[in-house]
Amino acid sequence: MAFITDRKRARGTGATGHGTDHHWNMTVTSVALVILVPLFVFTFGSALGRPWQEVVVYYGRPFPAIVAALTLIVGMVHFRGGVQIMIEDYSDGLTRKALVMAMICISYGAAAVGLFALASLAL
Amino acid sequence: MAQLERGNRPLSPFMLGKYYRLQMTSVTSILTRITGNAMLVTVLLIVWWLLAAATGPDAFERADGFLRSWFGDLVMFLSLWGLWYHSLAGIRHLIWDTGRGLDLPTAYTMGYVAIGGSVVLTLLTVLVI
Repeated sequence: MAFITDRKRARGTGATGHGTDHHWNMTVTSVALVILVPLFVFTFGSALGRPWQEVVVYYGRPFPAIVAALTLIVGMVHFRGGVQIMIEDYSDGLTRKALVMAMICISYGAAAVGLFALASLAL
Repeated sequence: MAQLERGNRPLSPFMLGKYYRLQMTSVTSILTRITGNAMLVTVLLIVWWLLAAATGPDAFERADGFLRSWFGDLVMFLSLWGLWYHSLAGIRHLIWDTGRGLDLPTAYTMGYVAIGGSVVLTLLTVLVI
């Protein structure tokens, strides 16, 4: 043990164990969301408040449906990474691992349900 | 030589209150985290609304009724502000990541832009929609 340098001991034990991958993923998804979020706000905002029949027709169109699908996928991948940073700041040990796993399930679960709904509306 | 001390480290936010005075820069920082994570509620509501729309008129009536009730309206209004705030504060982080704007005056200016800009964008969006 005494012969191992500090650097060697610290290697690979970054915030995620994945070096800079986590940060790079957050950067890529955030740039994508800067474009997607305004598109989603104005398409979803224009759909909300309409009667059921019109909502079904509206989300049957390609543009609003694709914007919603992309925002949901990229948004949930971004959320999954962001919530992990918060969990790692405020908890440790088994609690940290359980919370990160639970949030991964919720993130992909919400994205899957949303995509199923969008596919049903489109078909 | 420094040894690893796992389990003995203080956990955030142990500095808050006793040792640390809040400043505009730290408040805008924690607001980014709060808005970003709170929007999970918004996502779940919107996903519920979409699934209900795909299911049929009765299910849609339930989800749509909740989203358009005064409580749903309040949640969606706060979400809209949170979304714009998180976007502007996120752009600030993208700028910082390039190594620019890290001096105090610029950090303060960008903080005020995020706060003011998010309010303006929220009101504009409400007017347009």
